[in-house]
Amino acid sequence: MLEIFGDFHEEQDESKEFLMIGFSPGSTSLQQRWRNNGLSADFLADYMITFFPSDENDPSTLEREEELKGAVAYIANELLENAMKFNDFSFESHVSLQVHLYTDHLTLMVSNNLPIENVLGFKSFIHELLNTPSDELYIRQIERADDDESGTTSGLGLLTMIDDYNAKLGWKFETIQQHPEIIVVTTMVQLSF
Amino acid sequence: MKITTNDYSIKYDTETATISWQGFMRLNGKEYDPILQLLNQVIDLEPPIITLNLQGLEALNSSGISMLGRFVFSLAKKKKIQLIVQGDKKIIWQRKWVINFQRLMPSLLLEWK
Repeated sequence: MLEIFGDFHEEQDESKEFLMIGFSPGSTSLQQRWRNNGLSADFLADYMITFFPSDENDPSTLEREEELKGAVAYIANELLENAMKFNDFSFESHVSLQVHLYTDHLTLMVSNNLPIENVLGFKSFIHELLNTPSDELYIRQIERADDDESGTTSGLGLLTMIDDYNAKLGWKFETIQQHPEIIVVTTMVQLSF
Repeated sequence: MKITTNDYSIKYDTETATISWQGFMRLNGKEYDPILQLLNQVIDLEPPIITLNLQGLEALNSSGISMLGRFVFSLAKKKKIQLIVQGDKKIIWQRKWVINFQRLMPSLLLEWK
């Protein structure tokens, strides 16, 4: 079974450049893995920015470069953190992160297994995210984080991508096995230049 | 009061009631607890003004943004302490987020580098 939410689509055009990184979350502890999220995100941002040569005499191109680099590093890190935090470790699987570059936009995609018990809650948050004014949801999420001792239910990362970086977000939920049921969720983030 | 690691540091200067942040902070949920504790200790001192100097904080993940938001939110509820946030517009996340903190505390004062 396959379900799509938000702005998720398979691209029609070939991407000019792409990079894909795979992680095997079970191979090291989440604690050890955590630092790798930021390193991978910064690497992706530095790598992508080489395709946007800036002109030293034109400050606006330098500013655009910095803006895009900051956006890719932040979004890639958030996607990886979520995937590592919520991946279902009971199955042998990889978390993958891809970045694709197109003529006027780029996409970041992360895929991971989602524990069955988290699927409904995540879909319900997606619905809230896509149907609530961002300033209202922002206050709500901070209040929720304030009540939540574990500090894991924030969802603020996805909200910031839409609100602060004008990103378009979409999700694909795919059942890849029935018994026992395994669901892979792919989160797609599109950034226009 | 001070927390220093290879990646970041947070320092509270009692004389100026300024909390200065440096480095890259992308911690995992509960790892923010000692920092939140430090922030709560500063609130307990009840200085009339607290300055949050974020100009050296180059990266912060959403868990960190949430932690700072909770700090601002608890100050807003207390209504006793004036908060000044010093940011740097060159750091993308600050340009976006420092303004969002004003949603939680409209009386917050912003100072850009």
